[in-house]
Amino acid sequence: MHTERPEDRILNTALAEALSAVLLLLVLACAVVRPWGLPEAVVAVPAAGLVIVTGAISLDHAQAEAERLGPVIGFLAAVLVLAQLCDDDGLFRACGAWMARSAAGRPRRLLVQVFVVASVITAVLSLDATVVLLTPVVFATAARLGARPKPHVYACTHLSNTASVLLPVSNLTNLLAFAASGLAFTRFAALMALPWLAAIGVEYLVFRRFFGTDLDAGAQAPPGDEVPQVPVFTVVIVACTLGGFVLASAAGVNPAWAAAAGAVVLAVRALARGRTTPGAVLRSAGVPFLLFVLALGIVVRAVVDNGLADSLGQLVPDGTGLPSLFALAGLAAVLANVINNLPAVLVLLPLAVPAGSGAVLAVLLGVNIGPNLTYAGSLATLLWRRILREHDTDVDLGEFTRIGLLTVPAALALAVLALWAGLQVVGA
Amino acid sequence: MTVIAWIAEGTWPACVDAARAHAPADADIVLLHVAGADSPAAGHGAYAGLLGRGRLDRDPGTRLEELAATSADQLLRAAEERLGLPCIRLERHGHIKHEVVAAAEGADLLVLARDGDRAHPGPKSLGPAGRFVVDHATCPVLLVWPHPVPQPGAVGIKDASK
Repeated sequence: MHTERPEDRILNTALAEALSAVLLLLVLACAVVRPWGLPEAVVAVPAAGLVIVTGAISLDHAQAEAERLGPVIGFLAAVLVLAQLCDDDGLFRACGAWMARSAAGRPRRLLVQVFVVASVITAVLSLDATVVLLTPVVFATAARLGARPKPHVYACTHLSNTASVLLPVSNLTNLLAFAASGLAFTRFAALMALPWLAAIGVEYLVFRRFFGTDLDAGAQAPPGDEVPQVPVFTVVIVACTLGGFVLASAAGVNPAWAAAAGAVVLAVRALARGRTTPGAVLRSAGVPFLLFVLALGIVVRAVVDNGLADSLGQLVPDGTGLPSLFALAGLAAVLANVINNLPAVLVLLPLAVPAGSGAVLAVLLGVNIGPNLTYAGSLATLLWRRILREHDTDVDLGEFTRIGLLTVPAALALAVLALWAGLQVVGA
Repeated sequence: MTVIAWIAEGTWPACVDAARAHAPADADIVLLHVAGADSPAAGHGAYAGLLGRGRLDRDPGTRLEELAATSADQLLRAAEERLGLPCIRLERHGHIKHEVVAAAEGADLLVLARDGDRAHPGPKSLGPAGRFVVDHATCPVLLVWPHPVPQPGAVGIKDASK
């Protein structure tokens, strides 16, 4: 069925677009719904196979997409393993002990520390580490201090999004953009440093005010006497990995190798000491997740190739002036909030890349900061969870939404402004 | 006679002291703590927002639920120790203000502490949850200041811990 002759492609375009769009919606719906608890890849991989077999995406394009996504997925796997090994080695526990020790009795002080720790962990070890590994530690720390946990837990969930704009490793969306845009690691970080600080600053000011009474309620428990035991070797390896990103980038080598090296060193040491098993290391890489990302990328590429690029292309502003950056970030935030930021960034990247690095980074600000508007990351997920009425029946959605409305527009606007300023200084 | 003291993080010692001071000798004192559903829900929500990670065993919300149960238990034990009298520990979870109102149904006295701005005496010294409970509780309510108690007419009394 598949041919490369242009007349056939033209005849097939409408049908191919319809097929790929339906498959994309199916893949996303199954990722949100998770029928029978199956891994998302179970639907996504056959869907990707179908768009290739039916010729909705040419083999060349599918191959190009796979080659582009391959290093991204390797990078992602290395960072996921790195974060899990840091946890196994007690890094997050040490963060908790440090916070408990120096914040004793002062919830406002604890909030500052949570902001610092969550921002750094998110930036260096990715948002997954903050959501999965740090949030429980922060809750336990607040509880141990006798402080109300809500402001600190909410800070973690918000910062896992907001603070994930700094480095290519901080968020899968960044890794995808990093691979697509050809930006150097250091340039990415230099341009995103100011927006990162601006967005975190906005979050902090809003949180201090919004949760003022919870923070003023105090903390009764006696200060913890647990001495933080910093896993020095692990911290040094993580620091070396960060340095490796910069060096690799300067030498023109993919920084994924630095992440892989860091993960291998920690894994070998943990295996040698019997602290982990090969199976556990493999599990922490999240193979089904990696397959899902690859398959989703191919399906999205089919949708973009067959016509979405043309229709969305008219919506996407070109140029990297301040108004264009605002428009791009806003569009990205809206798209991320409708379904999820992962498909949003896959759709927007091919359109933003020709406009230059400023446009790509504006899209990232939108898709990374935007999801804080809805507490489940997107309206689709939120609606499904409401229908399911699982876990969340007692949740005060109004409060979640209020804090989202107070933080997201302000953080996004200031971050875009900071990006624009950075582009003027560093140069687009 | 049943006296319920609402034990909340940060303000509970004042409630325990008030329950000890005001409950008749033959009263059953109940120490009530409600673990809010909001923190675990924030964990569930954040994990749901990570598309494609479908490993439910890694959902931090579940871990937060376990931690919340442990910390509620520890808080109630600390309160019991401070009370120094026989009492019943009652743990509930869900929507905090609704759970407190429901638990207080049929009680003879509910002791709660102001949960708002404690530096400025006035209506804002009651937070949203405290306001709701005072307005909706069907039993008599004893409303106390958390420690330290502001002096009459004083404004700007700050907690020393800030």
